[in-house]
Amino acid sequence: MSEVQLRGFGWRHAGRRAWAVRELDLHIRHGERVLLLGPSGAGKSTLLAALAGLLPEDSGESEGTIEIDGISPLKAFRSSGFPRRPEDQASAAAQFQVGIVFQDPQTQLVMARSGDDVAFGCENRGVPAGEIWPRVSDALDRVGFPYPITRSTSALSGGEAQRLALAGVLALRPGLLLLDEPTANLDPSGAELIREAVARATGPETTLIIVEHRVAEALTLVDRVVVLEPGGGVRADGAPEMIFAAYGDKLADEGVWVPGFSTPPVKATTKADPDLVRAEHVTVPGRLAPVSIAAGAGEVVAVTGPNGAGKSTLALLLGGLLAPASGRIEAFGDRQPPHRWRAATLTQRIGSVFQNPEHQFVTSRVADELALGPRRVGRSPDEVRRIVDDLLDRLRLTKLAAANPYTLSGGEARRLSVATALATAPRLLVLDEPTFGQDRRTWRELVDLLAGLRAEGHGIVAVTHDDAFVRTLADRVVPLGAAEPAPLPRRLLP
Amino acid sequence: MTLVFEPVADPSAPLARRNPVAKLGAALLFSLPLVSTVDPLTPAIALLVELVLLPFFGVRYRVLARRAAPLLLAAVGVLVTMVLFAADRSGELLFSAGPFEVTTGVLATATGLILRIFAVALPGIIVFATTDPTDLADALVQNAKAPARFALGALAAFRLLPLLAQEWHALTLARRARGVDAGRNPVAKVRLFASTAFALLVGALRRGVRLSVAMDARGFDSGVPRTYARRQHFTGADTALLACAGVASAAILAVTVALGVFRPIVG
Repeated sequence: MSEVQLRGFGWRHAGRRAWAVRELDLHIRHGERVLLLGPSGAGKSTLLAALAGLLPEDSGESEGTIEIDGISPLKAFRSSGFPRRPEDQASAAAQFQVGIVFQDPQTQLVMARSGDDVAFGCENRGVPAGEIWPRVSDALDRVGFPYPITRSTSALSGGEAQRLALAGVLALRPGLLLLDEPTANLDPSGAELIREAVARATGPETTLIIVEHRVAEALTLVDRVVVLEPGGGVRADGAPEMIFAAYGDKLADEGVWVPGFSTPPVKATTKADPDLVRAEHVTVPGRLAPVSIAAGAGEVVAVTGPNGAGKSTLALLLGGLLAPASGRIEAFGDRQPPHRWRAATLTQRIGSVFQNPEHQFVTSRVADELALGPRRVGRSPDEVRRIVDDLLDRLRLTKLAAANPYTLSGGEARRLSVATALATAPRLLVLDEPTFGQDRRTWRELVDLLAGLRAEGHGIVAVTHDDAFVRTLADRVVPLGAAEPAPLPRRLLP
Repeated sequence: MTLVFEPVADPSAPLARRNPVAKLGAALLFSLPLVSTVDPLTPAIALLVELVLLPFFGVRYRVLARRAAPLLLAAVGVLVTMVLFAADRSGELLFSAGPFEVTTGVLATATGLILRIFAVALPGIIVFATTDPTDLADALVQNAKAPARFALGALAAFRLLPLLAQEWHALTLARRARGVDAGRNPVAKVRLFASTAFALLVGALRRGVRLSVAMDARGFDSGVPRTYARRQHFTGADTALLACAGVASAAILAVTVALGVFRPIVG
């Protein structure tokens, strides 16, 4: 049981001019379950970090007070060892006040074996050795972890790793559980399992605070919604129905996935043109079973399927980045398959957008990043400047032209990675999970941008888990796991 | 590229079961004194002892051969260097390759050096082939009183290593997709390699920061005395292993001194 009390709380990270959160007054009672909302940059993650005791005094400037059960999280965090005296251990459950689960499952696991990883937190807090293993098996049961404790942590899928991370936090029996977009990196089925695990594992004695963009899914877990105002303070606070009735429109505009706001489909107006790329019975042993797929100019083809079906591998094959073990790929009427083309040729025909935008950044400025492709394929300096300015403008990146690509927010980095692929004007775009973890605003922009490209005659192949994206934009769906049965009668582009 | 760190030995073998710190200490006690001499006999005896003991560690000879294979490269390097640059060309002339005279003295020194590489490296290979990294970190903290911050921090970083290989692959493909390739130009190849390596480093640092925040959040090194979920015991047998390693090493040196072949590395 934990009670949270903020009075005029504010935090500014060292070296930043703007306050991440400011003038925050908030009272969360024992056992309440709160969804924390707000547009990007409203300071949601900073607030969770402060509550988890992860903002040491020397890492920034604070104002006001923040208290969990009457003490500062920083102090609570440092002193929350397991009591040595047996008479104090009865109340020990309350000692471990705060547990936090982050977004990225890979960087939350520490140990090589699953059971050891859950035990790690208990060891750190000085839980007596005899009590650790019962706590470990209890926590693993509660999150529905399907393997024995010796299971290697590197053999887990994202959803399994995230459940293990949750178990590691639950083993300490925290009174206050903080979840910072725990499902943003997971596919829908993995995300659903996490939500089930949270629902099952937290009783009425646990106070819960969740930050989550996908509101509809999180609503089953909460009974109160708090909306942070980007400039500081709380904009709205109350029961979910009330909040969405009063503020739904504004929140949706700001990028929050408010439930009940659906998006009208935008489908191709013209019939698809000849194929830009055609793959027949391509395979990669252990990663992709034989599949045939074609994509023409002026259409959006969505590739769907469960994790491990080889969707990303197929994207690499179509993008000319990987050679198929068998089968053949023809594109742009070239006798050579795409994976044999020189990079400069490839990038003028097929643009690939990776799931992780950061993999694609090569330079240290946003503008240079956009200029790189056109320069490599021999555009004149004037042309390069025109292309860069045009893309900066179209993708709302003009203000960030001089910024380092690695410092961009998730949505900005996604827009930049798409823009870099467009800079060399390829007619075919291959995107791997383009809408992954994006807020509603970036999502809408991406859909509109891709619809616009399709209308200009670009062919688009998107690998995706996102049902809304498929419903809204896709002209054809190729589900993986089953090879496309129909023959491919259309002629290739000359 | 795959990175293999898993122990590959039979874990119930009598010496494989010893405390990891004892095994590591024994390896150091045994192999370090051998460095003091450059004669070929000392490392030869040491190698013999190591190979005889191998079954007691539950390591099969084939496994050892595979793990030690990279040492062959070093051996070839030593041989070439000695033939080309050895100052001491005493002994009988065996043959001459152009200006390089290969004598028995040159070959003896080269053989000594190569045997030394193997004799010093094998104990390390054996220790890591028979030891689980988690057990080693536990034993370092519990028995050798190493700081947990160091031992478990290294262990956590270790877990992320295989990710680097995947990351490298993704970065390489992403660069090609961006129109960046080196073609046949060797200078461009080096520059591309450097830029990819830099991106890998940046990514690794960011991941490292996230991991350390997550470890902090779970109370790592927060000033509370840690407890141990897995106990590592240091028993009499472990002390005996350490002692035997020291005695064996001393005995080998005594034999070579007695035979008059001991050639100290200094002087």
